[in-house]
Amino acid sequence: MLPRRQVIALFACVPATAFVVPGPADAVPLPTPQDLAMVDTVTWGANQSTMTAFLSLGREKWLQAQLHPPAEESLPQAAQQQIDALPVTRTSALALATAFSALGRVAGVLTNADEKAATLKLNQEGMSDIARQAAAADILHALYSPDQLRERMTWFWFNHFNVHQYKANIRLFVGDYERNAIRKHALGHFRDLLMATLRHLAMLQYLDNADNAVGHINENYAREIMELHTMGVGSGYTQADVQELARILTGAGIDLNPEDPKLKPELQPLLVRDGAFEFNPARHDFGDKVFLGKTIRGRGFAEIEQALDILCSNPATAQHISREIAIYFVSDDPPKALTDRMAQTFMRTHGDIASILDTLFHSPEFAAAEGTRFKDPVRYVLSAVRLAYDDKVILNTGPILNWLNRLAEGLYNHQTPDGYAMVSSAWDSSGQMMTRFEIARQIGSNSSGLFKLPGPNGVEEPAFPLLQNGLYFDAMQSTLSATTRAALDKATSPQDWNTLFLSSPEFMQ
Amino acid sequence: MCLNHRLSLNRRGMIAGLAALAPMTAAGHLWAAPGAVTRLLVVFLRGAYDAANIVIPVRSDFYYASRPTLAIAKPDPAVATSALSLDADWALHPALRETIFPLFRKGQAAFVPFAGTDDLTRSHFETQDTIELGQGVKAPRNYRSGFMARLVKAITHARPIAFTDQLPLTFQGGGAVPNISINNVGKPAIDTRQASLITAMYQGTPHAAAVQEGFQVRDDVYHAITEHMLEANRGAVSPKGFELSARRIGQLMKDQFNLGFVDVGGWDTHVNQGAATGYLADRIAELGRGLAGFAEEIGPQWNDTIMVVISEFGRTFRENGNRGTDHGHGSVYWVLGGGIKGGRIVGEQVAVDQAHLFQNRDYPVLNDYRALFGGLFQRMYGMDQAALRQVFASVQPKNLGLL
Repeated sequence: MLPRRQVIALFACVPATAFVVPGPADAVPLPTPQDLAMVDTVTWGANQSTMTAFLSLGREKWLQAQLHPPAEESLPQAAQQQIDALPVTRTSALALATAFSALGRVAGVLTNADEKAATLKLNQEGMSDIARQAAAADILHALYSPDQLRERMTWFWFNHFNVHQYKANIRLFVGDYERNAIRKHALGHFRDLLMATLRHLAMLQYLDNADNAVGHINENYAREIMELHTMGVGSGYTQADVQELARILTGAGIDLNPEDPKLKPELQPLLVRDGAFEFNPARHDFGDKVFLGKTIRGRGFAEIEQALDILCSNPATAQHISREIAIYFVSDDPPKALTDRMAQTFMRTHGDIASILDTLFHSPEFAAAEGTRFKDPVRYVLSAVRLAYDDKVILNTGPILNWLNRLAEGLYNHQTPDGYAMVSSAWDSSGQMMTRFEIARQIGSNSSGLFKLPGPNGVEEPAFPLLQNGLYFDAMQSTLSATTRAALDKATSPQDWNTLFLSSPEFMQ
Repeated sequence: MCLNHRLSLNRRGMIAGLAALAPMTAAGHLWAAPGAVTRLLVVFLRGAYDAANIVIPVRSDFYYASRPTLAIAKPDPAVATSALSLDADWALHPALRETIFPLFRKGQAAFVPFAGTDDLTRSHFETQDTIELGQGVKAPRNYRSGFMARLVKAITHARPIAFTDQLPLTFQGGGAVPNISINNVGKPAIDTRQASLITAMYQGTPHAAAVQEGFQVRDDVYHAITEHMLEANRGAVSPKGFELSARRIGQLMKDQFNLGFVDVGGWDTHVNQGAATGYLADRIAELGRGLAGFAEEIGPQWNDTIMVVISEFGRTFRENGNRGTDHGHGSVYWVLGGGIKGGRIVGEQVAVDQAHLFQNRDYPVLNDYRALFGGLFQRMYGMDQAALRQVFASVQPKNLGLL
């Protein structure tokens, strides 16, 4: 290992603006390895500024602040300005759906083949652009929100209630879905989250419930609610329960028309509308149902409310959700004693997510596993960028989205409703490791387009990934094995050192 | 054991093995000598493809009654959108006219209707896991023991690889089975010096083998694919999507790897799946181009290669309310290979009518996937009952007479 002074000399060739100057080391106590592991686990990756916040508040206060963040977000100005400049972040799913369906209608009536093709192309490009804006906003939140736990749980819940952007026109809705259905409830109550996803355009399209109507049953969504979103497969429900839930869900769909559908007078009071969501009683099966052993009297949207109550108070749901959260934060096969206690908290608090996490973070099992969880690609890439640039806000999220796609964990890109696998065996194969090293080299060698404004003539700001920073010397260096240090000592340049550091076994977890 | 050493030994051993087999290979009857080195590619259609509309029971009136908007017309040479006759009872989707149909006519493709698992969850993910693990549905699962990983251990000279972005469950627990993102092969930027420093950092860690194997395979694959591109492409329109993958796989399975896995998604057709044309027709056409492209690329070695196409379950026999189909049970599997006795519909069969539906809803499963694979493995690798038990603990192999 080079002495610190020599390392700093090595960086002398880099423009001074690239540096994030580490704060004076004696202002706050040095982080312990446990502090580092805690911050690294709860956030999208430890960096100097997050560590400073942790040390100045102290472990417990910081954790409570993460568990109970203010509803109002407070991103750094440089990040918030970029988000505000993205039109999608200020446009509702309904407005987008309406605008694009108008464009689709235009294409539909055009008779000139060239004009028609051009309009359809415009439509497709427009949708892709909307989804890119949503992804950019999401990455900026993940990197720079001080409420890091909410961001980690936003990714977790999106993945739990996964939708795939390339089905139909879901590209238009992923931004709104994430913002209004997921992030808003990420640390709130599970039932609110479930209902918010149920009523969202993205989910109604993705799992086909928009097409589920009396006489035209589609059981796709009903099955996945039980199998993936709540109870979990093999937890006791039957094919008959799936079919009954599908009947309960008939009529929950989408309506972009501002005028209400024409209904018989007796059905009119049963109509429910909320943005693009519509419960249309004319499409509902009003027969009685028997769902998980309970009779549900046919009466409209109230049946759906009752079915969600039944699902959310089922112990299998508490177990399933607790286990998924524990896998995310702790290990591939979390101890049953831990998930049992989390499930008890779930039942006691009626699914209060912050309380379940509180149980997890204060458990001895969590403490014992801290710092050992193998990073999935999203955590790997975001933690590298957070460490390399800290609070110097990137200007272009494109490179990050590309890296995630190459690592097979692209944003909004998982095709099936199970979401990305969270066990490490999904991400630590030879091919995955090779791609990771290639990306380590890109992140480590230069700013890789992260500070180049999007667009063909985008100006590029000078920046350099500074991984050998204050946090490295204060806390990370001491956690490296002798073999890793020996390899790092052979680095021939700061770029090479960065590549090796980001490729090291220690940075993978 | 040093992995590089194992690799080079295997490679040498394999070349020697191939040389010894050359006369038999040329005759195309490798199967006469069970236990010989041979190749297997498993193609997993994730999402449960609608088998009944691809290998179509055209003699069944019940089929036409159950699928008013989706049914494919009975074979009629004058009608391009009609099914392609396979035998008196079955016909093939017209989107496979130029690709799989000719292979079937040459006796190089066979179909196994009523195939699948005893998993009744109708869950994609659960049933895919069931198949990949091959452990039976009742017992607690060991997620670190896929059936192809156990096959690696049970046969000699295995050179396994997954042509997938992530290592699939079926290869978990098989040591450092490599995987490669086959449509994204580029010139490696991590140079030899960095590779050896990185390898050193991983010594003694759980990922040591994966890292070492990864660098080796990375270089091998890059060279194989770029060399092939240089010699073969000559400005031809380059294939895309699954066809590109499958052609590259054909190149790599010629002599570098002999046990492969690839998956293809996008089959979960609940809504507007189309009939002779449309969404499913496009997907199946792309699959057909890929499989036929693989057969072309692998060249004479096609005679020693078996390709098995599987999917987690079939779909509801009746169409649903949205011109699609929901999750069902029995499927139709495909077996392809240059040396098989194909051109037939094989396995246990029943009449396709309402009385024979499973739960009055789906095709029944009469041909268990493990019995099917077991029967193939016996003939391909000369495995005895004990060796087979290592792969599938408790299933009687079924000889379909294809080898």
